[in-house]
Amino acid sequence: MDINTLTIDGARALVESREVSARALAEAHYAEIESRDETIGSYLTLTKERALAQAERIDCLAEKGDPLPPLAGVPVGIKDVLMTRGERTTAGSRFLEKFVAPYDATSVEKLEAAGAVCLGKLNCDEFAMGSSNENSAFYPVRNPRDTTRVPGGSSGGSAAAVAAGFAVATLGSDTGGSIRQPAAFCGVVGLLPTYGRVSRYGLIAFASSLDHVGPVTRTVKDAATLLEVIAGRDPMDSTSADVPVEKYSAACGRDVKGLRIGIPKEYFGEGLDPEIRQAVEQCIDGLRNAGCEIVSVSLPHTEYAIPVYYIVATAEASANLARFDGVRYTTRSPKAKTLADMYRLSRDEGFGAEVKRRILLGTYALSAGYYDAYYRKAQQVRTLLTRDFQNVFTTVDAVVTPVSPTVAFKLGEKANDPVSMYLSDIYTVTANLAGVPGISLPCGNNHEGLPIGIQILGKHFDESTVIQLAHAMEQQL
Amino acid sequence: MKVTEKDVAYVADLANLELTPDESTRMVADLNSILGHIDKLNELDTSNVEPLAEVISAFASAERKGSEKFAYAQRADEVKPGLSREVALANAPDTDGTCFRVPKVIER
Repeated sequence: MDINTLTIDGARALVESREVSARALAEAHYAEIESRDETIGSYLTLTKERALAQAERIDCLAEKGDPLPPLAGVPVGIKDVLMTRGERTTAGSRFLEKFVAPYDATSVEKLEAAGAVCLGKLNCDEFAMGSSNENSAFYPVRNPRDTTRVPGGSSGGSAAAVAAGFAVATLGSDTGGSIRQPAAFCGVVGLLPTYGRVSRYGLIAFASSLDHVGPVTRTVKDAATLLEVIAGRDPMDSTSADVPVEKYSAACGRDVKGLRIGIPKEYFGEGLDPEIRQAVEQCIDGLRNAGCEIVSVSLPHTEYAIPVYYIVATAEASANLARFDGVRYTTRSPKAKTLADMYRLSRDEGFGAEVKRRILLGTYALSAGYYDAYYRKAQQVRTLLTRDFQNVFTTVDAVVTPVSPTVAFKLGEKANDPVSMYLSDIYTVTANLAGVPGISLPCGNNHEGLPIGIQILGKHFDESTVIQLAHAMEQQL
Repeated sequence: MKVTEKDVAYVADLANLELTPDESTRMVADLNSILGHIDKLNELDTSNVEPLAEVISAFASAERKGSEKFAYAQRADEVKPGLSREVALANAPDTDGTCFRVPKVIER
């Protein structure tokens, strides 16, 4: 058993055949984490007791020869923005350092009901705000492919853990690229489901019109399998859609011949690393050879996506983070004597610089006199961006783009320049704004051996086509 | 400079954030640089464009209008068990066992 390349089907087969017990599989992962995660920093909390109890349950089923659920014994990690009952859930923030979740997120509950073994909680940028994982209040995550570089963010721990052999698969969250960009930086697969496809109940909210929960895995098929488990309508999340869940894994291996693929020229402009352009174009040639029809398309409002995103996301964040008030969530400044002081000092002590910056920007954009100029304007341009996708999807089945203009950058390289950090999300924020699904998968390495990612975006609730294409690409590499 | 120290202080007050003088200086610079980039939106004429607050209704079936698009999200108004008081208070920094306790609100 090679723990670094184990897939969901592989892990499940080991447990089913009783070649390796679920318990031994979990323990093998903990041994790896304990010996190497000090360098990487992917986990914030290990949930051993819970994991081993679940592993015992699976081993009992296997011993009796009972049919096993789809994720039986599969060791997984959970981004620390998802609630896990009775376990510390911090969102990477000092504010929630001691917060113990009172209930499980629906996605976590579904994973465990499907037999997965949750090993622990994964490091991330504070409240999922960041593109490098350097905004974690506890410690940064390092890229397992080159520890002088960032793993991407905000689901940096989720991607690094999968790349380093610390979990077979993980859950992340994606508000502007937070699953797809770290997957690209670490050389793994990250899936952004359609808005409403996966319940957000129990996800600590950042920007509610943009937040998604989704999987990070080693293979496209694993991402499809995980999505099958976590997708679906949830009465606890009124934004979860009442749309049937497809057998996404069945799309793997389906012939891609005849599919029409759009290449949006706006995603191949200035600022794109030439090596990434080359790798992505090579991959597109592969699709052409497999019988796809490749057409040039235009998403003309792409250049406005970053400004729209950083208004909408921060405005929503300023409202969502108002709940951290010093009354309910563990942190209260001991210096506070009055109610007003309690709010201000608790928030001052609990929040890091990036969180404060975004709350201030969002509050500014919503404040009297600026609401129309910024917030309403951004919402109007969001309409135009969404129309771009609706138009393009009348003529093509999917679009293919790079994930990020650069490969993983060095720790500290962009830490003091928020605008340059924000611009690194240029190819990913559009999908969140339009609510369409997407996937990021590896498409080669640059001359330094750093992974390059390619992105496929699809029609609303058409994850199957995205997965079908991604699987075909994966087979060619 | 669009945003001044005074603006930052005003917004920080609205958001209930405390900023040190150093933080405040830094935020003035950061907000100006971010807003400078955001001003790009003014290149677009949006006078006849509806604002989009969420994507579900934009993609929901065309026959359904307004709140009908969200009919699936309705549920019966039934009493169901929620978090117990003990669990709900467990993360609070200060309680009296029944309620959250906060500093005195009204001074006599």
